[in-house]
Amino acid sequence: MVDVTRGAIEAIPPAEVPDVELYHPHSWIEKYVFSQDAKYIALQYSITALAIGFVALVLSWLIRLQLGFPGTFSFIDANSYYQFITMHGMIMVIYLLTALFLGGFGNYLIPLMIGARDMVFPFVNMLSYWIYLLAVLVLVSSFFVPGGPTGAGWTLYPPQSILTGTPGQEAGIVLMLVSLIIFIIGFTMGGLNYVVTVLQARARGMTLMRMPLTVWGIFTATVLALLAFPALFVACVMMLFDKLLGTSFFMPAIVAMGEHMSYRGGSPILFQHLFWFFGHPEVYIVALPAFGIVSDLISTHARRNIFGYRMMVWAIVAITALSFIVWAHHMYVSGMNPYFGFFFATTTLIIAVPTAIKVYNWVLTLWHGNIHLNVPMLFALGFIVTFVNGGLSGLFLGNVVVDVPLSDTMFVVAHFHMVMGVAPIMVIFGAIYHWYPKATGRMLNATLGKFHFWVTFLGAYLIYFPMHYLGFLGVPRRYHEMAETAFIPPTVQTLNAFITIMALIVGFAQLVFLYNLIVSAFKGEPAPSNPWRATTLEWQTEETPPGHGNFGKDLPIVYRWPYDYSVPGAKEDFIPQNVPPTPRPA
Amino acid sequence: MITAIILVVIAVGSVLFHLLSPWWWTPIASNWGYIDNTITLTFWITGSVFVAVVLFMAYCIYRFQYKEGRQAVYEPENKKLELWLTVATAIGVAIMLAPGLYVWGQFVTVPKEATELEVVGQQWQWSFRLPGKDGRLGGSDTRNVSGENPLGLHPRDPNGQDDVVVEGGEIHLPLGKPVKVVLRAIDVLHDFYVPEFRAKMDIIPGMVTYFWFTPTRTGTFDILCAELCGVGHALMRGKVMVDTETDYRAWLDQQKTFAQLSGRIQKAEGTKPVPQE
Amino acid sequence: MPITVLFLAVIMAIAGGWLLQQRLTAKPWLEEGVIGDFDGTGSLSMPAAKIGLGVFLAVIGSLFALLISAYFMRRGYADWREIRVPHVLWANTATLVLTSVALQGAKYAVSRRHLNAVRARLTAGGVFGLAFVGGQLWAWQELTASGFLVATNPSDSFFYLITGLHGLHVLGGLAALGWTAERAWRGIAAEKIQLSVDICATYWHFMLIVWLVLFSLLTGLAEDFGTLCRQLLT
Repeated sequence: MVDVTRGAIEAIPPAEVPDVELYHPHSWIEKYVFSQDAKYIALQYSITALAIGFVALVLSWLIRLQLGFPGTFSFIDANSYYQFITMHGMIMVIYLLTALFLGGFGNYLIPLMIGARDMVFPFVNMLSYWIYLLAVLVLVSSFFVPGGPTGAGWTLYPPQSILTGTPGQEAGIVLMLVSLIIFIIGFTMGGLNYVVTVLQARARGMTLMRMPLTVWGIFTATVLALLAFPALFVACVMMLFDKLLGTSFFMPAIVAMGEHMSYRGGSPILFQHLFWFFGHPEVYIVALPAFGIVSDLISTHARRNIFGYRMMVWAIVAITALSFIVWAHHMYVSGMNPYFGFFFATTTLIIAVPTAIKVYNWVLTLWHGNIHLNVPMLFALGFIVTFVNGGLSGLFLGNVVVDVPLSDTMFVVAHFHMVMGVAPIMVIFGAIYHWYPKATGRMLNATLGKFHFWVTFLGAYLIYFPMHYLGFLGVPRRYHEMAETAFIPPTVQTLNAFITIMALIVGFAQLVFLYNLIVSAFKGEPAPSNPWRATTLEWQTEETPPGHGNFGKDLPIVYRWPYDYSVPGAKEDFIPQNVPPTPRPA
Repeated sequence: MITAIILVVIAVGSVLFHLLSPWWWTPIASNWGYIDNTITLTFWITGSVFVAVVLFMAYCIYRFQYKEGRQAVYEPENKKLELWLTVATAIGVAIMLAPGLYVWGQFVTVPKEATELEVVGQQWQWSFRLPGKDGRLGGSDTRNVSGENPLGLHPRDPNGQDDVVVEGGEIHLPLGKPVKVVLRAIDVLHDFYVPEFRAKMDIIPGMVTYFWFTPTRTGTFDILCAELCGVGHALMRGKVMVDTETDYRAWLDQQKTFAQLSGRIQKAEGTKPVPQE
Repeated sequence: MPITVLFLAVIMAIAGGWLLQQRLTAKPWLEEGVIGDFDGTGSLSMPAAKIGLGVFLAVIGSLFALLISAYFMRRGYADWREIRVPHVLWANTATLVLTSVALQGAKYAVSRRHLNAVRARLTAGGVFGLAFVGGQLWAWQELTASGFLVATNPSDSFFYLITGLHGLHVLGGLAALGWTAERAWRGIAAEKIQLSVDICATYWHFMLIVWLVLFSLLTGLAEDFGTLCRQLLT
């Protein structure tokens, strides 16, 4: 029996694939500010995303304060309410979730997990972050212009978004559109890196089918992003033209507030098609990395190979392809050709099948595992519960005729928060607790972590599960207040108040997390290089945190898939990917 | 152990919440009970899946908690199980989709005997138009909209002269008669939504959209706008009153036609009224 | 939208074909050992920069496919008045073809290590490229002088938007071309600039193809193609 401790691993012969030419910084600015090291870029993305995400979190408190206790806060009126929900939504979806999963986790984990020294286009990678930061700054500037930020809803539907009657239509909407255009350009640069690095810079022996599912998830999400963001780009440019140059891409003949406008013949539905052609893949851009990461969290902490690895890969690929032909399920009641409803309902419910398979495989990975209920595992479990809940409520909405009474009600709000808000955030937290020791060399405090988990998970569930029932009742979304409405009983207001209180509690729990993040960086328990005893390559680096170039003098060679946990006959309950096969008895 | 218990509580609690909560759909007032039935069917299937998955997770956590020396199983795949699960899921999905598409087919097929009701949305009020005695709605165009002609009807269209124009956001409908609601807006997107009718549709300026339903009980129902249309979105309200035949006739007789309204305005301005053709 | 879906279907087919070659049906837990045992599952033999370009061209293609889809959707509305394309556009098309010819020549020369020819052809390409952009601006000027401003008619809006976006991408290509040409003139060895020259050439060929598609759309040549397709399908 070969002893698989480090000392026994033979000297690794030079890799077949030529090393990526590593960039060597010459000054403090080149090393820490305009860094071309993907790990630093990842940190920059993550900090920026979490910072702007915190702004969106505060906005959510303001939204809930108005819904839970309408009229109590004089500074929250219809105008500001719509600005809050718009900025909250756009920041969370694009500037937090997309940027954090791809720019943050992608930059950090892809090179390490595939055995590369860095991304293949480091200069472009560095540029992509600064362009992202510029996009964030342009967006934030819309808070400070006359009229304030746009209040058109994150979906920015014309004609209202650029006409009087909607907040921010003077300058806020222009800044929003410009910010999105900048973001897309920067994101394309980053995306090129993630895709080509996975294709070209894998270590020797790292076939596609030996890649961890985290990499599969981020890789396919990037492909989606590269092909889908152009649709948003076109929509934004056209809307800018309509607003600033008076064209009529989306603007029909209009009498706005008694005034005949000069627009003619444009089609608001064209915008919706373009927006959702981007918008539906966008939710998978957020979900696929979460799927990949949670697979690795579960298998590592249950000490069990992921069940059905091949099906997991095929499901990810199938979901990627299918996600381009379901977009109009966001438009069932838009007034588009009703016969489209048949097609899109069918494709939407078909895409539920590979997604369901992934859920089965996650829970089957727990079966006969050896489960550590540590903080990353708890968050992974929280993901499964909330994702299943949110995904199943999606089946109601996907079935076209059921969507008719439920669209634009709180049911939709509950659905997308559960499936896109709570579930991926569970993964983000789990992933941070999981990889923090590698990135900083210290452990996060587990007691605070468990507190953070339970409050966030149970609180978020209590917020969004009952909200579905408000939708059944018929309570519409995007209403800053319901006032006296005959069919809405007063108990609804009680529920709204309850949800608000839960939201504030969950919000404050995130401050505990923030405290943990910052203080543990200095005072946390020093972490060994592989505290979770995981198999993937990022845990096998010489230094923790990994140095420039990631793997020291020689790149690893990969001999096995990433899920050799509890292999029968092995001495330890895990075998890292770069451990050579045991010589078979003659 | 505690984690497993909490998961069981979540599963059971969610079911109990569903059965006991006071928040459920408003009593239906239209023929679209089929939608409600499809929702109930979907609940059975999705509810069972949710409970099954969460209880399975709870069991695994309870039974397979980390024990020093325990060996987890090494089973990279189980083709038979995966196939069976895929097929079962596909069947479950089909069971939900088939009735849904069938009802959708009914939703997009307007019955021949339906009468028309035009709803005109604008920031932030509702107006209505009925076809009048000739049974046909006159033409309209946003470019005709003016103070005297707020709905933008073609002033010389013969079909439009007898159209009944109802402003003020309150409309009556006769019980039991299918109605095709045609929707127009003169400024931005809106959506005509009455929760008790279940059916709704967005309104797009520059286009005419539609849906149909049959009111099945009398009463007064709130109209809500269901597509964000600016700061007055939440205040864009109206009422639909479903009347018995006699009450409806009585209400209808009191309404003014387009010709009468434009004639009255032109009389007040001192110009000749449009001749009735 | 069907146009975009078709474009994406083509991309997916290419991606799918490649994926299938990656032995996606392999059972990785049964295979311990080094890559040498399994063919064709490592990286592609192309340099990373070329693959990066390929992906980037897919993104640009997606952008223009969407623009074209939007164009067709908007065109169906009653207020559309077919635009009369300025004559200079034909000359511009020829100029763009010349650019591609020059760059293809540069690619050939660099593979033969004829550095002088490379310099000349890169410069020629740059000159033609600039002439193209100048010509496009001339076309804009002609249109506005005739009273067809960007908001006059949706067909005008699309004309400016489409040619504008294409022109921006051409300018980007010119920047890359300039950088490559500068290195050639500085005397850097042919082997070292070969990759840059190849990538420039490919990029310009792609922008030419995109332009030919857009041009046929704007001049109505695509209309005949569309009618033909419809006749074949019905």
